[in-house]
Amino acid sequence: MTIIYVLIPLGLVLLAIAIWAFFWAVGNGQFDDLETPAWRILMDDDRRPPPPSETETRDTDGE
Amino acid sequence: MSADGICFHCGEPVLTGDRYLVTIGHDDRPVCCPGCKAVAEFIRDSGLEHYYDFRTETALRPEQAEPEAVRPEWLAFDRPAVMEQLTAASGDGNREALLLVEGVRCAACSWLIERSLGRLPGVIEIQVNPATARARLLWDPAASPLSRLLDGLARLGYRPHPVSAGAQTSMAQRERRQAMKRLAVAGLGMMQVLTYAVSLYAGAFQGMDADIQAFLRLISLVVATPVVLYSGFPFFQGAWRDLRAGRPGMDVPVALAIGGAYLASLVNGFRGVGEVYFDSVTMFVFLLSLGRFAEMTARHRAGEMSDALARLAPATALRLDDDGHEPRSVGVGELAPGDRLLVRTGDPFPADGRLESAIGLVDESMLTGESKPVRRQVGEPVIGGSLNVGDPVEMRVERTGAETVLSHVARLLQRAQAARPGLARSADVVARWFVVGVLVIAAGVAVAWALHDPARAFEVTLSVLVVTCPCALSLATPTALTAATTRLARAGLLVTRPDALEKLARADRVLFDKTGTLTRGRISVTGVEPLADVGRERCLAIAAALERRSEHPIARAFADIPAPPAADARVSPGFGIEGRVDGRRFRIGRPDFAAGLAPGGAVDERGPVDSSDDAAVALGDEHGLIARFRLSDPLREGSRDAVTRLAGLGMGAEIVSGDEATAVAEAAAATGIATSRHRQTPEDKLHRIRDLQQHGHRVVAVGDGVNDAPVLAGADVSVAMASGAPLAQTSADMMLMGESLAPLADGLKLARRTRVVIRQNLAWALFYNLIALPLAAAGWVAPWMAAIGMSASSVLVVLNSVRLARAELGPGQAPARIESGMSAREASR
Repeated sequence: MTIIYVLIPLGLVLLAIAIWAFFWAVGNGQFDDLETPAWRILMDDDRRPPPPSETETRDTDGE
Repeated sequence: MSADGICFHCGEPVLTGDRYLVTIGHDDRPVCCPGCKAVAEFIRDSGLEHYYDFRTETALRPEQAEPEAVRPEWLAFDRPAVMEQLTAASGDGNREALLLVEGVRCAACSWLIERSLGRLPGVIEIQVNPATARARLLWDPAASPLSRLLDGLARLGYRPHPVSAGAQTSMAQRERRQAMKRLAVAGLGMMQVLTYAVSLYAGAFQGMDADIQAFLRLISLVVATPVVLYSGFPFFQGAWRDLRAGRPGMDVPVALAIGGAYLASLVNGFRGVGEVYFDSVTMFVFLLSLGRFAEMTARHRAGEMSDALARLAPATALRLDDDGHEPRSVGVGELAPGDRLLVRTGDPFPADGRLESAIGLVDESMLTGESKPVRRQVGEPVIGGSLNVGDPVEMRVERTGAETVLSHVARLLQRAQAARPGLARSADVVARWFVVGVLVIAAGVAVAWALHDPARAFEVTLSVLVVTCPCALSLATPTALTAATTRLARAGLLVTRPDALEKLARADRVLFDKTGTLTRGRISVTGVEPLADVGRERCLAIAAALERRSEHPIARAFADIPAPPAADARVSPGFGIEGRVDGRRFRIGRPDFAAGLAPGGAVDERGPVDSSDDAAVALGDEHGLIARFRLSDPLREGSRDAVTRLAGLGMGAEIVSGDEATAVAEAAAATGIATSRHRQTPEDKLHRIRDLQQHGHRVVAVGDGVNDAPVLAGADVSVAMASGAPLAQTSADMMLMGESLAPLADGLKLARRTRVVIRQNLAWALFYNLIALPLAAAGWVAPWMAAIGMSASSVLVVLNSVRLARAELGPGQAPARIESGMSAREASR
């Protein structure tokens, strides 16, 4: 059973990583809006807009 | 009106036939005006017509599109002083702005904004949250000025209002993020500690190496420490605050139980003998944090409402400098007392001050509730935020910023919203006595057990503290209110003050305003009566040409009718408009005014002129009247059903309206309301409410919120239509978000159920404590059982409340109005 002396601390390390990741995500605003992203996937841009628009100087569509 | 007669873009009636058509997909769709046509074509040409598939609400009607140049009203946002105040630098030379966006109604709107604005040069990121109608814009000022982006947004039909970055929003956001982190630490920590605890319990029965047992206890200690110190910190903080204030609240026994159990476990853990309670402690902290999180979310939602006030105050002003003649567009923050400003027709006054022009016509409805524009002479005061509905005027600034009337009102509102709901307050009072009782009993139990069996004294006392935690008691009210509020938000009734539900449940009378409430509040031309040898179409066209020059609400009825240009137009406020169309002079307005062009003066040989009739508009030329227009305000669909359902729930309905007798009687007959009063001033309406209240009735007042803010304030529960003025919305207890009155009946029904559920919850919480307390005091409950019992009791209360969020509401269920922006989150709790 001595293996648990390794495995449990290892589990704690994973726990610490999980909490760190969650903190990072919260701080990054990932949980601020839980509604819009769910819709965004439904409304994916399949079609490109017609090209000859003069405002289309740069590609800002890369989400 | 058939579906064909509805504008494809904005949903308003199309009065122009097939004049404006837009081809979307393979169909030609009618739209109501060039503005809608331009926007719909822009959306199509950008490949964004998906918007029409996914939207759940129609769009706002855009402002009339003009040629390419950025409109001057946005230019002030490029001034460095304004930029500094309203936006924040965010590295790499980019800046960030927070915008409140008018007209965002569903997720499709936010998608449309993100897609179309994201294509403009200089935009790095734009995110729109449909639930809060707030957009975060990150852009490169070197590539594109802010004015251009704001103008682009306004052209889409979404009017942006930059709000200063920071302030209340970010405070709420910080609080929410902090709470989420604490909750995560508590939850993950609890799960870990429970796995060790299960091993330890199993080991206690089956035998376990002393080394491993000591190791597991040590590891539990390591994991429980951040849970107690980090996640549990708010409880210690609260307990300390309560104790210093001398008013023990819920936090005191909670902090005592957490702290005591943790310290005892710490000591026992290091000594290697005796019980450890890390499992109970972490579970306790997690479950309590979860309840707090639910309450915080509900509180933040209420706070978002007050931000709507920001929309009233304009962000820019036109300053007239003494040297030059050209007015310069400046930010409101740059204004100082003594500045001279130009206020154009239809614009809000940027600050408090005095009128410099000879005469001005001011709409102060959002502040005073007076629906008719007020006439102001030179030197008389004007209030910032009120609208200039007359000719362009000049004013001199007296007070700016926090000194203005508007700011005072905003502060009052904020204070009101910061208050806790009455029900929660009374629950707190109960909990306080309860807490004192618990502490006394726990002390008694500790003493008794110390005499009787000192070895178990601590454990039993701990059990008593945990098992009697008044969590269920304090969760009983807020969870039920949150669930009900959420459910109603989905049905289209937004509760802005938590007290309102409780009061609504007790109400037995409802007073409706007419205009804008029972009716749509949108005047339209319903009849043309030619009086001379001029065709109907021609009369309409001339009328529309003249009305184009006016900002009067009546003019909007003509806005969709195609018109030739009018020359030399002159507006006589309160009377009408005179102007030249195709070379001939015409007058439109009050019949006596319109007839005034004819040589015989105001005499109308075709019948007496009824100038008291607001709805009568006449058109005249040099020979007399040539047409009379009937304007009316159509009834909202479903008004009758809503009134019938309210009556079925025991609510007596009345109409109190400022309108004239026939219009009120018509509305009363159409909705089936027996009692109605007409020609009521706001004071009369308020008096009627007081009267009913003195006879023991509890009154719900429903208004459009534009001209009856004080009336709404006097009622037990006030309900405003969301299409009314923003200030009235925020001062009302509830807002009807859609065009229908049906959610009101839903609201009443659910409010009554909420009251029942709250009583059930409170009864259960007390019952549980009465049963559990003697058992724990007798030493039959281990601390971990106490923690489970406490949380089971809380979970039961929460589940009972959640039933409200799932409630089926009345017949003819309205479709979801606010797309679950603020619902799913809490409903799932």
